[in-house]
Amino acid sequence: MGSEEIRLIVDGKRLDGRGFEDLRPIKMKVGVLKRADGSCYLEMGKNKVVAAVYGPREVHPRHLADPIKAVIRYRYNMAPFSVEERKRPGPDRRSVEISKVSREAIEAIVMKELFPRSGIDIFVEVLQADAGSRTACLNAASVALVDAGVPMKGMISSVAVAKVDDVLVLDPMKEEDNYGQADIPFAFFIRNDRIESIALLQMDGRVSRDEFVQALEMAKRGAMRIYEMQKEAIKTKYITESEEEVNEVE
Amino acid sequence: MIDLASRPIVLPGELLASNPKVAGSGTYIENGRVYAKFLGLLDKTDTSVRVIPLKGRYIPSVGDVVIGVVREVTGNGWVVDINSPYQGFLPVTENPEMKPSKKPNDVLDIDDIIIAKVMNIDPKMKVTLTMKDRMCRAVRFGRIIGINPARVPRVIGKKGSMIKLFKTKLGVQIVVGKNGLIWVSGDRRKVNIVEESIYIIESEAHTDGLTDRITEFVKRRKGELNGK
Repeated sequence: MGSEEIRLIVDGKRLDGRGFEDLRPIKMKVGVLKRADGSCYLEMGKNKVVAAVYGPREVHPRHLADPIKAVIRYRYNMAPFSVEERKRPGPDRRSVEISKVSREAIEAIVMKELFPRSGIDIFVEVLQADAGSRTACLNAASVALVDAGVPMKGMISSVAVAKVDDVLVLDPMKEEDNYGQADIPFAFFIRNDRIESIALLQMDGRVSRDEFVQALEMAKRGAMRIYEMQKEAIKTKYITESEEEVNEVE
Repeated sequence: MIDLASRPIVLPGELLASNPKVAGSGTYIENGRVYAKFLGLLDKTDTSVRVIPLKGRYIPSVGDVVIGVVREVTGNGWVVDINSPYQGFLPVTENPEMKPSKKPNDVLDIDDIIIAKVMNIDPKMKVTLTMKDRMCRAVRFGRIIGINPARVPRVIGKKGSMIKLFKTKLGVQIVVGKNGLIWVSGDRRKVNIVEESIYIIESEAHTDGLTDRITEFVKRRKGELNGK
């Protein structure tokens, strides 16, 4: 990997012209699926994901139900057309792992005890993947959960930090993820504009202790910006609905 | 007329107050501070802070009047779908129409609709229903309208003002189930007006002056009916 002469940082900027702490362009649309209780379409750079939340609802198969709290199921899945080389449909080991850690992040904030013997299903489909799809999916899932009216302690915002050419960069894209030295996805539980705790943390590669601390701070700043966008997207949905009603009445 | 300033939208985790004594429904307390539990409208007074939900599944409480659909018939009762993550069960002893001589499926069969009351909920969320109440009955005619359960309080109105409006101005029978199902019965065209009004209430539940607008709407439509 190191013997290839790919320069990922050129003249102090990344290959797509971004600064080290710039996020990729993000777009969010809430309530895109009529049948789901809550949903969100999200674009993060070239990633395009859709999250759907169903629940609380009855758990099928029944024996998986927990008598004292709701069971949360999270399914991360990449569509066969989401990557250049067709991905065979169905869960693979990577999807299963991502589903597990994402579910654990969500379980930290959802008030499961309020709905014993029921289930909350979260499905996130990656329609187009470009590094950081798991972070995009968690952001979308968090918004979809809010849209569904599920009681939660706060929200989850997720972003990754990578180390490329010995420099830490926020929200890596495909080339930086593939040829970088480390990739560290983060997710934070955010409440009332404050980061309360880390909900997800994974790492692939090597960084020094100081670099890790630096990466954490960088991720926190990035996550706060994403949190603002999530709030904005949700509030926009309801404000536009109200404005439409004003026009109808007048 | 909207006054979003008086009822702003809040997201889960937003800090609403620092005095745990004012915490109302839709909030949770941690470290002495009150936060919003889900997406909703903030209703803040000097004495209480609560969040009115915009969405959410119906979770039954004891005493709720619900409209359910029979899904299964068993020897000692009926399993009823009450539009909730939790199923309801109506024991034969709680159905006044049931006599020892009759078989359960002669009284209520699959897909029959009933108006019932939630009698008991055990810690495992097993919901027991009863029909021993004046309001309860098997529904054999009329129309059932389904809406988002979070909007039901608005359809009922303050002290039942909306329901009263429909009953007095249009002369229909109406029972609003807390689980989002509403039974309306009467002259077909009048029931149509009620149905349209309910959909308007559902989509505009979070705005002000709704009662007046619905009164206007009903008056207008009723006039159109007679004008023909």
